[in-house]
Amino acid sequence: MGHYIPHTEVERQQMLSAIGVTTIEDLFEAVPASHRFPKLNLPKPMSELEVAQEMQALADTNEHANDFALFRGAGAYHHFIPSVVNHTLLRGEFLTAYTPYQPEVSQGTLQAIYEYQSMMCALTGMEAANASHYDGATSLAESVAVALQSTKGKRHTVLLSQGINPQYREVVRTYYQGRDMNIIGDDKFYSLSELGAMVNDQTSMVAVGYPNFLGQVEDLSALAKTVHAAGALLVVVANPMALGLFKSPGAMGADIVVGEAQSVGVPLGFGGPYVGFFGIKQDYVRKIAGRIVGETVDSDGMRAYVMTLRPREQDIKREKASSNICTNQGLMALAVAVYLSVMGKHGMRQVAELNYHKAHYAAEQINKLPNYTVQRDKAFFNEFVVKGPKSVKDINQALIAEGIIGGYDLGQDYPTMADHMLLCVTEMNSREEIDTLASVLGSIK
Amino acid sequence: MTVMTEKTKQQGLEPLIYEISVPGRIGVNLPACDVPLSELPADLIRDEVALPEVSELQVVRHFLKLSQLNFAIDKGFYPLGSCTMKYNPKLNEDMARLAGFSALHPLTDSEGTQGALALMHELQRWLGEISGFEGVSLAPAAGAHGEFAGILMIRKYHVERGDTGRNKIIVPNSAHGTNPATVTMAGYDVIEIPSDQDGNVDLEALRRVCTERASEIAGMMITMPSTLGLFDSNILLIIEMVHKAGGLMYMDGANMNALMGVVKPGELGFDVMHYNLHKTFSTPHGGGGPGSGPVGVGAKLIPYLPGPIVKIIEESKSDDEAPLYGLVMPEKSIGRMKAFHGNFGMFSRAYAYIRLHGDQGIRDVTRHAVLNANYIRAQLMTTYKIPYPRYCGHEFVMEGRFVDAPDIHALDISKRLMDFGIHPPTNYFPLIVPEALLIEPTETEDKDTLDNFIGVMKQIAKEAVEQPDLLKSAPHDTPVKRLDEVRAAKQLVLCCAPALAGAAD
Repeated sequence: MGHYIPHTEVERQQMLSAIGVTTIEDLFEAVPASHRFPKLNLPKPMSELEVAQEMQALADTNEHANDFALFRGAGAYHHFIPSVVNHTLLRGEFLTAYTPYQPEVSQGTLQAIYEYQSMMCALTGMEAANASHYDGATSLAESVAVALQSTKGKRHTVLLSQGINPQYREVVRTYYQGRDMNIIGDDKFYSLSELGAMVNDQTSMVAVGYPNFLGQVEDLSALAKTVHAAGALLVVVANPMALGLFKSPGAMGADIVVGEAQSVGVPLGFGGPYVGFFGIKQDYVRKIAGRIVGETVDSDGMRAYVMTLRPREQDIKREKASSNICTNQGLMALAVAVYLSVMGKHGMRQVAELNYHKAHYAAEQINKLPNYTVQRDKAFFNEFVVKGPKSVKDINQALIAEGIIGGYDLGQDYPTMADHMLLCVTEMNSREEIDTLASVLGSIK
Repeated sequence: MTVMTEKTKQQGLEPLIYEISVPGRIGVNLPACDVPLSELPADLIRDEVALPEVSELQVVRHFLKLSQLNFAIDKGFYPLGSCTMKYNPKLNEDMARLAGFSALHPLTDSEGTQGALALMHELQRWLGEISGFEGVSLAPAAGAHGEFAGILMIRKYHVERGDTGRNKIIVPNSAHGTNPATVTMAGYDVIEIPSDQDGNVDLEALRRVCTERASEIAGMMITMPSTLGLFDSNILLIIEMVHKAGGLMYMDGANMNALMGVVKPGELGFDVMHYNLHKTFSTPHGGGGPGSGPVGVGAKLIPYLPGPIVKIIEESKSDDEAPLYGLVMPEKSIGRMKAFHGNFGMFSRAYAYIRLHGDQGIRDVTRHAVLNANYIRAQLMTTYKIPYPRYCGHEFVMEGRFVDAPDIHALDISKRLMDFGIHPPTNYFPLIVPEALLIEPTETEDKDTLDNFIGVMKQIAKEAVEQPDLLKSAPHDTPVKRLDEVRAAKQLVLCCAPALAGAAD
């Protein structure tokens, strides 16, 4: 018996006799006898030591960022995480608590989420933020519901720029496949002004990336004006690491800012759990999905925190709720709150600048190579597009042999970008690593 | 004891991180820039970010103090019905943090992720085996996300067959709120049906819907055991009726802790279900997430699974060689539910949990979860009204009200429990039981803990009659007292002021 089950034989017998049955099996009389107690074709039990050894062996076969120089981002980023973050997450009081439905015994989780909400407002320039969504992609999908509601269900078109992570756009299409609406704007890579020109009285929202999927950062103010003049909402998909340096989307006129906060405190972890943030202007806050924490007082007048605007949620509103979401990414939101606290005002600026300078240094070194072209017509943060002399697959094979994980193959999502790779450089990449990357790339003819 | 002044009340139990911020203070040292500086695009650069300025020790103390304001499984008994608050093994945390998993980029070429994919492949197989399903996708990020995937699969199955008139999902009135909300998200409508006096689905009502409105029925969502903690003894009949009408059967797997090794939903005839790895398979709840909500399906829905899923691309050539795994999108997939391939950190934890228990251990989990629930039920049934006098599954519902204490509600009992260091059961759910208290002890609690809970519940029942004010004013021994939730919703303070300072920037 697994050692997490504490019962002794004596206790089992005492409990069974208190219930008035002779065996545990007697308790399952309502289950159809024909299907009761099937064979389970699972492996035999193992000790904790053996499980740890087996899983260590599985983990060791993977090519991970502690053993390889990693230059891949494309929605998941390798950044430094101060030790404080992990140690806080391991506190059993945070780790093994449930959703804070009972505020008297959940003030820790509630205040931490409130602080997370506050710091996400600071980064995005929004006036409110929720307690988080599953990830950046689902956060974008939830923003569509807010936009459709805010335009009172009368506008059925959503414009998504091709500059948004292709997987995020796929998720939006998954979410709304049963609904009567149009998702357009990503059949080719339209410029911001071209996107603006597509907005009409059927448009409920326009969503763009900041930085976009190619790493580029553009001023969104003009687009915001166009979108608002047409009565639609501007949704910005942002990378919070970049917001340590670049103007907030709120300052440029965004109504909703969503995205993936993995880059600020959450490890790569093979793609999850991550944490989708969702910031919004106060005007729309009552339409937001998911949990949200607000300040109040207890019966003694003591300041305290509680989940608020609960009547929007599925457990109360049932089929009239705009989303079925209940789970948030509580622990990951806590990781972000601790990360942003310890990095603070100065650390965030500093780390964002490190990303910027290292990426630009790498871009310059690679651009000097005879057979490579770096796209540098727009400002970029820590990712940039490179066209090389061979297919991305071939180049990456040459790199991995030298202990380097190369860029993301853009040809798989953008037909016009075959042989283009998206390289990512962060504070984790030393100058030496960057120089080695450039030198290995240079040796590929 | 410190005297509570108005000022300390305003500051609350622990100041906000912004309130201990001092201009110029730093909490981290970063390496100096080892490359030449590039020019910044001045028109796109912000002045500053309104984040706190605190030292590392301040951060440690702040969050440690906050943690101590929480109740958690590691602190004490947490019989929160429908949430399966079992012990979360510490091993899980270590396994999820192995560098080969935690530092692995999700877009690494599959040659470099074979260990992670092998783990996912095993977990897919084990989950399928436990519930009797042929196909499993680990993609959904939470239970509600899995429900959504399930209903989208049912929808696409009908649409692909040209059967487009089916746009209704039957949901019993005892269902979790996520079920009807999911139906709406998928663009469908709900037909709600009542429960009978034994807590089962009202068969007459179901028969009427399935005959009179057969052509509209896309499927039915049902929780098993039900949200009342009861096995519906008519389950085979229910499945048959819905199938006959042309609908598919969805099982909400929230209560899987009552089923493992006892019955396989796939063998009963269910077409699709979701699992909650954070409940049944002990990945922690983390204060409300992350979760993980894989879906299992029978043969006819396999092509529609959300992707990507892990498949063997090339069989192994010999016994000591592993096969080659890869991520693939199923043929007619409903699509991606989230970016990348699911909450992998929850897969490594669930893998460790299932591997440790093995075949017999997994069945023992359910046997003891059900034993514990029935033990408490048997000991409390003379003190509290238990509306359905039958053996329960892993949880049971009772009424938190007394004839002799008309002013006492379930909420008062819950709040009073906190004074004894016990987390309250789920309140006011399921909606069909007045003053519901839904109690789920889980298998990891020992008899002493259960006996203590039983004693406390009996004492509270006595207090309800003799000293009702003690319950009305509870809790007394918690960090804060009952909160003004109306004020929170009215004033709507969702973000602290210093964070908004740079909002225009």
